[in-house]
Amino acid sequence: MEEEWKVIDHYLMIRLPEEVDHRSCAEISRRADHMIMDQDVHHVVFDFSDTKFMDSSGIGVLAGRYRRISCFGGKVYVIHADRRIRRILKMSGLTNLVEMIEAEEHVSAEGR
Amino acid sequence: MENKMKLEFEALAENEGFARVAVAAFITPLNPTMEEISDVKTAVSEAVTNAVIHAYEEKGGTIVIRCSLEDSLLHMEIEDFGKGIADVGQAMEPLFTTRPDLERSGMGFAFMEAFMDSLEVESVLRKGTCVTMEKKLGSVLWSDCEE
Ligand SMILES: Nc1ncnc2c1ncn2[C@@H]1O[C@H](COP(=O)(O)OP(=O)(O)OP(=O)(O)O)[C@@H](O)[C@H]1O
Ligand SMILES: [Mg+2]
Repeated sequence: MEEEWKVIDHYLMIRLPEEVDHRSCAEISRRADHMIMDQDVHHVVFDFSDTKFMDSSGIGVLAGRYRRISCFGGKVYVIHADRRIRRILKMSGLTNLVEMIEAEEHVSAEGR
Repeated sequence: MENKMKLEFEALAENEGFARVAVAAFITPLNPTMEEISDVKTAVSEAVTNAVIHAYEEKGGTIVIRCSLEDSLLHMEIEDFGKGIADVGQAMEPLFTTRPDLERSGMGFAFMEAFMDSLEVESVLRKGTCVTMEKKLGSVLWSDCEE
């Protein structure tokens, strides 16, 4: 499954892979930071539509991007996270820092 | 039913997914729920990733996973022969990490504890670490209910 990355109106949209783990996370962070610097990104949206597994490595990626953009007033959004991923984000305290968007609210915005 | 397995592999990032799937396959005869499979996979991933990153500092080494099933109880040991943990109590505190530079956030042990029924960590400096976890699986046996 190909992950999609695009910048729309200063929002970097990151469609995360099926498995968000140690192996995949280094590249996600590196690529995200590159796009944040290069493409005038203010906010980052992590799309978990394809994600079936995430461990603590994913927490580091989200927290790291939050630290990078929040000092300039940027926000981190999480969309399409299933119950389990929401639980993991909650346990780590990330739900206090990122905006959780429920799937229903996003059906029309996604256009499908 | 009693069953056991032992898995020995190199501490490489690409083997973390393999370790998760191997343990998940081992427990399937017990008909675990999707939730239980995810719980076990997360715990395996956390312990193995810790061995790769912390015990061997991503330079490789040997990781051993031992699993046994007795009735519906999964017993699992994940062992490395790496650098060891100086203060296990402190290491197990949520949000404690020695590698913020690698974007680790100190949640690994907290997840193992939350997703398994029990967690024990034994560690000796410069000798290695053994993480022991247990979980009761397949608590809902539909065949038992219906027949
Ligand atoms: N197998 C190990 N060998 C040596 N040190 C370890 C091992 N496992 C854990 N540690 C130490 O314990 C600390 C806490 O581990 P834990 O998994 O909770 O968090 P983390 O790995 O730092 O971050 P995260 O798991 O959230 O990415 C680590 O930072 C490390 O110092
Ligand atoms: Mg860890």
